[in-house]
Parts: sequence; structure tokens; C-alpha cells
Amino acid sequence: MSILVDDDTRVVVQGITGGEGKFHAEQMIEYGTNVVAGAVPGKGGQEVAGVPVYDTVDQAVEAEDADASVVFVPPAFAADAVFEALDTNLDLVVAITEGIPTQDMAKVYKRLSEVDTRLIGPNCPGIITPGEAKLGILPGNIFESGNVGLVSRSGTLTYQVVDSLTSRGIGQTTAIGIGGDPIIGTDFIDALELFENDPDTEAVVMCGEIGGEDEEEAAQYIAQHMDTPVAGFIAGRTAPPGKRMGHAGAIVSGSGTGTAESKINALNDAGVPVGDTPEEVADNIEDLL
Amino acid sequence: MKLHEYQAKQVFAEAGIPTPGSELASSVDEVVEAAEGLGYPVAVKAQVHVGGRGKAGGIKLVEDADEAREAAESILGMDLKGYTVEKVLVEEAVDFTNELYVGVTMDRGEGKPVVMVSERGGVNIEEVAEEDPDAIVREHVDPSFGLHPYQARKAVYEAGIPREVAGDVASILTTLYDLYEARDGSDVEVNPLMVTADDEVIAADAVMNIDEDALFRQPELAEMEEEAAEDDLEAKANEYGFDYVRLDGNTGIIGNGAGLVMTTLDLVDYYGGSPANFLDIGGGAKAERVTNALDMVFSDENVDSVVFNIFGGITRGDEVAKGINAALEQFDEIPKPVVVRLAGTNAAEGREILNDELVTVEETLEGAVQRAVEYAEEGDQ
Repeated sequence: MSILVDDDTRVVVQGITGGEGKFHAEQMIEYGTNVVAGAVPGKGGQEVAGVPVYDTVDQAVEAEDADASVVFVPPAFAADAVFEALDTNLDLVVAITEGIPTQDMAKVYKRLSEVDTRLIGPNCPGIITPGEAKLGILPGNIFESGNVGLVSRSGTLTYQVVDSLTSRGIGQTTAIGIGGDPIIGTDFIDALELFENDPDTEAVVMCGEIGGEDEEEAAQYIAQHMDTPVAGFIAGRTAPPGKRMGHAGAIVSGSGTGTAESKINALNDAGVPVGDTPEEVADNIEDLL
Repeated sequence: MKLHEYQAKQVFAEAGIPTPGSELASSVDEVVEAAEGLGYPVAVKAQVHVGGRGKAGGIKLVEDADEAREAAESILGMDLKGYTVEKVLVEEAVDFTNELYVGVTMDRGEGKPVVMVSERGGVNIEEVAEEDPDAIVREHVDPSFGLHPYQARKAVYEAGIPREVAGDVASILTTLYDLYEARDGSDVEVNPLMVTADDEVIAADAVMNIDEDALFRQPELAEMEEEAAEDDLEAKANEYGFDYVRLDGNTGIIGNGAGLVMTTLDLVDYYGGSPANFLDIGGGAKAERVTNALDMVFSDENVDSVVFNIFGGITRGDEVAKGINAALEQFDEIPKPVVVRLAGTNAAEGREILNDELVTVEETLEGAVQRAVEYAEEGDQ
């Protein structure tokens, strides 16, 4: 079992003719993902990575029966691409693009409340169900099928933790990178709820970072609604206030909200052990299993 | 990206928000000349990105030329919380009877912009927010419609703004929201918005922070950013296209991916060291980017050692290793010891390729950080 994606997921890649889009479409196919089409305005009729390209997402869905999309469209046009995917009624849209203006995302966020589609990202590495499908840029070879779910705001930090798990023989049900932007489609609580309801997920790793209050809210959710044990990690303990640490969302505001301390305390209060190092996170998962 | 007060006021004034007469000055003589031109009393205000400038001695009210000279001498060149003051704004002093607060920001939890109004503006607004949050009225905005005029009025009346100025304040709030939207603001605020004895309102300070991800469609503001850059190294990082934040420790840090780089900083601290910077070189690690990243970190004179932490995902470890070798071979002498940790795809091959005459290779993240912290301690002695 897994959440959101498996080997039945039929994927359209938006922006498949660009360098990133083409490379990662090939990587996804090599991993075994069922990529069925590409969508790029003006490029309909071409074939890229062995799949047909259509001018619109609508055409791709119509012709190839796609139910999910991955967006590799440059930031200036990415919000429009996400709107296009949302208006096509797909089940899942994964936006990889980094650097979408926040106000564009606020408009997307409003639209999300009106449709049934789930958005993951933007500014994220995507989602992978090991051995079945990956939608995004995660390196498939470090993952292994197993019983731990993983949700994270950061890409390479996810890989670091997964590497520690896999090297100890602990595999994963599904791993989701929810993205490092201030406004994202799927937040920690959404992902935790999906893992809680997945019978095969026996423990969950949650990697948060400074900025916003999502981790604090997730801690409350864990305390009130979860039986599946959770191990946590929070990046950015040494970040100074007012500085954006790479991710647009990773900033401790001048008034002191969004600090690592507040998040770690909230998680500890919810009974979630928070590792000081990524290795400690893997230790904690071993203890919880 | 933060605009300086003088830049934000220029944007506000162009949009029709009343601001006091002012002039920018960068020498003592210019300050006195500007003050004489504006007429006393004037305020001399340090132009640095630091909160609480007034309390820290960065703002002085002066009544005559002698005081202006004295204020200019003390403020220009002063160190304000780590920033050197190079410019001051000389501004007509406003004779006020009341100080208000108006602002617009993104409520990330709600995914919506929010406008804020308070009757209790002034230097203590953060304490007000903390102790009496209801004294700041908040009104969320649907981004697909923008701020409805009634919402501006509602916020202003709920905040208890005096009737005599309520209409003007609502209109300023509407203008602020329009600016926020049109200029891709992240925070836009006026604090204090001063009310004079004859019921005029005037923006005595101005904050305008811009969404860095939207600068591609805000060319005029992107130009102001260059003018606003205060740290030479941060300016250099902009040029190279790195996410870089300077800190005050002595262990330099280079890595890929924001979360992993933050974690590397945290581990340096955890193992008793002190991080000198945050530097995310992003995906891949071509020799040129590696060279530029090392150049950045070595340019920071506080740095005594460097830890290079790369998790090769799609990028292969052997390619990263070749990039690091090529970059380091360009130095006649490596200025400070460099510890490299490679993980992920083809990491073992990468570690083989790395030239261990140039770098210390560590297998684990924890090991690499501890080694770099040791080197930094030795270098510091």
C-alpha cells in the first residue's frame, strides 16, 4: 500500500520539452512510472521521452486518460500551468518549479478550495512510492519499499534521512516533499492524515524547518488524531531572524514566530521525538517500529 | 528584498500617499545643506535595514545647523547592529497629535493577504501585537478580487480611528494594498502614520519588502535592490546566483538544498562550532559553480575552515567530485582547510576521485562537520 501514487497512476508532464522536463520525464519512466503524455503549448504532435506531446493538458487527458500531472514550467508561467491542470480535474498535480511569486500562489490556493484536485508543492522534489512510481525529481535509487512514511519541506534533507533509513534496512511506503514555499498545496497535516489512514505505514518521519506555523499545527494534529508514531526533525535552529534561508518559506519573522525552538517544543509536547541529527531521526524510527 | 525607507517613501509618494519633504544625504555637509533647505526642525534618519533604529540612536531630531552637524557626525559611519550607516534621510519633522499603524502582508497560514490597522501605532507596535493583539484589526483579502473599499472602511472603523481622519486612512490603506499587489510586496506598512493637529495624515516611516521570486517582473524595484545591498559578500552572492546568508562564525558551509544546508549549519553549532554562512549552490555541481562558491566563502575573512556537504540525488557523486577537484586545482594554495562529504548516487566513486591532497574526505555528515569544526578551532588559535 501507499498513498496518492502507485503503478496505476497515469502521468502527464507539463513542460516536457524543456531541459529539466525532458530529463526528469526520462528518469521517471526509467523508474517505472506510467508517464503517458507531455503537455507544452505550441509543441503538440512531437514525441519526447517516447511519449506524445499535446498543446494542452485537456488534450493530453482526453487522449491518454491521465489522472496526474507534474509541472516543470519556469516560474513566470508556472501558476498558469497549475491553473490549467486544476481546471482539467486531475486527481493530483505535483509542482516542482521553484520561485513562483507568492501572490500567484495565493490565487492558486484560492482555486484549490474550489476543486477536488490535490496539489503537492510548489518548490518541492515530488512524491515517490518506492518500486511503483515517482512524480518529480527524487533519486529513485536511494528509496526502498517498506513501512515508513516520510513528509518533508526540503528535498536533499529528505534524501539524507531516507539514506539513513534505507542503509539500516528500513524501507518507505511513500515519501512526499511538500515544498519550501510559504504557500503550498499539501501541508503536513494533509500528509499525516493520509499516512494515518494507510494500513501499511507503521511510522512516519516528519522533517520541518523554520518559518510559519505548520509544524506547530501538525504537532496538535498528531497529539489529537494519530495512532501511528511520528519521529521529527527541524532544520534551521541557527538561522538568524529576518533572513530567508534559501527556501522562500524558511524565515524567522522579526517578531519571533516560526522559530525552530517553538516547533521542537510543540512536537515534543505532542510526544514526537525530535532528532538533533539526521542519524538520530533514524535511531528514533528504529525505536518506534 | 527590503527597500530602504527613502526608496519605499519614493514609491509611496508616487502612488499618492502623503510623505514629509526629505532629502537623501551621505556626508555631513550634505546633511546640513538639506536641513537648511527643508527648514528646522528636521529628523536625521539612518538608512539601514535594522528595526528599532530610533532606540539604537540612528534617528535624531535637530533644531539648528549645529545640531544637524552633530547628528550627522554621530550617525554617518556609525555601526547599527552590525551595519555601517552610509546614508541618512533628512526629513521635515512632523508635529503630530496621534500615531497610527497601517500595513499589508501575506498570512501564510490562511494563504491570503491580510490588511492591518491600529490606532496604537509608533515604536511599540510589536509589543502591542504581542500583549494586546485585538488592538490591531485584521481583514483578510480574497486575492482574486483584491481589497474591497468596504473592507478598508470596516477595518478603519473597527480599529477606532478618529472620524476626522477615517476616510483618509481608509484611502491610504487601499493605496497600500494596491501597491502590495502591483509591486509584489511581501510586507508593506506605514508605522507611524502620523495625524497632525489640523487632521492631516502623513507617512512618517515606510516599509516595503518585495517578494524576491517576483523581481523578474519588477525591473524598477530590482534596480533599487542593487542600491539597497549592504553587505559586499551578499552582493557578490546575488551576482553568482547563490542563496547566501552571512553569519558571524568561522566555519564556512557550502551545500546543496536549503534544508540540508540549514541542517549542516545546525550540526556545526551542535558540535560546538559556529557557522560563518549559509550557502546553497543548488542542483548539480559544475566546476564553475563550485569555484564561485569557494571564492565566496574564502572571501569572508572570518572563515577558518570549510565544510562541503553534497547529497547527490540525480547529480552523480563522481561528477561532483570532478567539479570539486577542478575548482580546487585552480588555487595555488588552498587558503583554508576544506572537508568534503559526498553522499547519494555514486558517492563511493566520487570519494575515490576526490584529490585528498587538496581536501579532507569524510564519509558521514556528522563526521565531516566535526572535522571542519576541529579545523576551525585550530585555525582560530
